[in-house]
Amino acid sequence: MSNTFESLAEREYKWGFVTDIEAKTLPKGLNEDIVRQISALKEEPDWMAEWRLKAYRHWVTMSEPTWPNVKYPPIDYQDLIYYSAPVQKKLKQSMDEVDPELLKTFDKLGIPLAEQKRLAGVAVDAIFDSVSVVTTFRKQLADAGVVFCSFSTAVKEYPELVKKYLGSVVPVTDNYFASLNSAVFSDGSFCYVPKGVTCPMELSSYFRINTAKSGQFERTLIIAEEGASVSYLEGCTAPAYDENQLHAAVVELVALDGADIKYSTVQNWYAGDDEGKGGIYNFVTKRGKAHTNARISWTQVETGSAITWKYPSVLLQGDNSIGEFYSVALTTGMQQADTGTKMIHIGKNTRSTIISKGISAKRGQNTYRGQVRVMPKADGARNYTQCDSMLIGDKCGAHTFPYIDVANNTSRVEHEASTSKISEDQLFYCRQRGLSSEDAISMVINGFCRDVFRELPMEFAVEATKLLSVSLEGSVG
Amino acid sequence: MAEPLLVIRKLHATVEGKEILKGIDLTVYPGEVHAIMGPNGSGKSTLAQVLAGHPAFEVTEGQVLFNGQDLLELEPEDRAREGVFLAFQYPIEIPGVTNSSFLRAGVNEVRKHRGEDTLDAYDFNHFVREKSKIVQLDPSLLERSVNEGFSGGEKKRNEIFQMAMLEPRLGILDETDSGLDIDALRIVAGGVNQLRSPERSFVVVTHYQRLLDYIVPDFVHVLYDGRVVKSGQKELALELEDKGYDWIKEMVEPDAKPKDAASLFNQALKA
Ligand SMILES: Nc1ncnc2c1ncn2[C@@H]1O[C@H](COP(=O)(O)OP(=O)(O)OP(=O)(O)O)[C@@H](O)[C@H]1O
Ligand SMILES: [Mg+2]
Repeated sequence: MSNTFESLAEREYKWGFVTDIEAKTLPKGLNEDIVRQISALKEEPDWMAEWRLKAYRHWVTMSEPTWPNVKYPPIDYQDLIYYSAPVQKKLKQSMDEVDPELLKTFDKLGIPLAEQKRLAGVAVDAIFDSVSVVTTFRKQLADAGVVFCSFSTAVKEYPELVKKYLGSVVPVTDNYFASLNSAVFSDGSFCYVPKGVTCPMELSSYFRINTAKSGQFERTLIIAEEGASVSYLEGCTAPAYDENQLHAAVVELVALDGADIKYSTVQNWYAGDDEGKGGIYNFVTKRGKAHTNARISWTQVETGSAITWKYPSVLLQGDNSIGEFYSVALTTGMQQADTGTKMIHIGKNTRSTIISKGISAKRGQNTYRGQVRVMPKADGARNYTQCDSMLIGDKCGAHTFPYIDVANNTSRVEHEASTSKISEDQLFYCRQRGLSSEDAISMVINGFCRDVFRELPMEFAVEATKLLSVSLEGSVG
Repeated sequence: MAEPLLVIRKLHATVEGKEILKGIDLTVYPGEVHAIMGPNGSGKSTLAQVLAGHPAFEVTEGQVLFNGQDLLELEPEDRAREGVFLAFQYPIEIPGVTNSSFLRAGVNEVRKHRGEDTLDAYDFNHFVREKSKIVQLDPSLLERSVNEGFSGGEKKRNEIFQMAMLEPRLGILDETDSGLDIDALRIVAGGVNQLRSPERSFVVVTHYQRLLDYIVPDFVHVLYDGRVVKSGQKELALELEDKGYDWIKEMVEPDAKPKDAASLFNQALKA
């Protein structure tokens, strides 16, 4: 029966094209001078440059983590480009000022930015090689009091907010990749929703890597004040280069009392070919701090990248705060993923839910790593974890590392795990009803992922469904 | 007479290297109902699965013509689209996929193949309402995951409902009666009878005459050790109900020793 799983058809990565555009690029390598130059190029105030240098000085004392369950050749950090940005006029006040090549690129990616064609009800911050190209609907959002702009803009226009919250959830010393990001990040998205405001539309950042050999380091900061609520989505793609590229982003979420932040990711970085050549190293730190009665919810659909290393986490700081993590991670070809979450219960009656669905096909390796930690004062804390793996074929692997650390005996922590193989009988049953074998696989896989997909905003759920089917093409014969 | 819908010639099939079907011959004309009976493990489900194209079985010899074309050449989905429907003995669960979305995908594939318009959600719901009457399907089953947590009887009823939706040329029913209570059996069999037509044929696998009281077959075949060893009309089923399979076994293997005490006793009586 196994031989029917062995057809290794090529999957097509239709986002793998390169845009020919003039770019300002700093020389390879990293040192204090490069950090200063990045800051200068971005016309940043001194405090920002100092903050970066502090991070850099800490970073040089650290070493790359080796505990993740992934394998890759050593990265030469002096052989990377840390800054590359499309040459553009200063701040874009209107769409006419944006380079048409860039608009075309985003069009091709299915992210129309031009006024007439924009996605209804979704504001987009389009980021090309670490630099924000344009943010749509800024005006409409501003009318509601919502700030949504590139990180660079925020540093200039809202320095007090940035100063107050930057690094407040992920300190510059947090981990190797977070420190690196803090030193060299070039841009990203910034969002601020004032007290009591429900953001009138979905916010979305679309990240695009273009330049070869350049690292991508974005910084995202979302602040929801007391009683505010916002739903945010990020998407990402990159050209298909033969060489690996480093992507080390940091996302910080601050949910003040009673606020609600929903953060969804559809990650589709280039994964490399079936032999493991090329692809993005996606080493990302994402964390949110939930104050009293606040809720932070992470939903991620991870289908791309050669290596994924990320643990979107929630510090359940305030009483009655809620943390959620819904994840689908797919590894096929030679992809490796080590992903999961940390739920740190600090306040009383804090609750967290973790639903993780790992799918492995071909020679993909999928690791769930999750930590549920209940601190001594977290009376009545509750966690529910469900962690399911599905294997397609017999050359792939699924691994689970749940760490449960409970220091309060009034809390309740539940963990359920399962591993299953996609069954030939299920596929046959679907095909007997007229579905092609590809449709049969995506039907079964979508069913497996349903609890996660239903957390995604509608249009993105459709997108995610399609993405999974494309990624799985040819993995079952 | 019309052309046969299904012609099976000298069909041999193996699973994991073991030969299960050892030369099956069967011809089914449009509109006919053929019952297949036979002891456990004789190969009835194997035959059904081979006709539907289950990849676990390998056809080593023989030929199957469906509507004049070589059925064995076709992928399982193409057989389904051409009008072969298998009601499974053990219907498969698909967690997280609603019965209705599953069926809608299938129905639309089949319709596309036939050159008909696909159904949008609205038309599909109409179609569902109409067809679910045939087997009195509980509407709540439509929004639940395919077969997940369905009772044995609900699963079987759902299979016949799917058949009604997919409107096949050939319905292969593998022990659809098992798991149905008496009332359900009457309803489901009645549903099958409603689906009978001069163009549509059925191959009905069953152990019990009871089902054949409702779905009256034109022919009855006895499968034993991978071969059709006896064929007859509906009276054959009554005879089997009455006498069991020993006389068939003796007929096929006259030298074989009866295996259990009851048959020894029967034999002694006969002597
Ligand atoms: N996937 C399989 N792997 C191994 N053996 C199999 C497989 N499928 C069927 N068999 C064997 O083939 C033989 C015929 O099985 P089959 O299911 O066709 O019998 P059946 O006539 O339908 O029996 P029942 O009346 O019990 O449903 C049995 O010995 C069974 O164990
Ligand atoms: Mg059987």
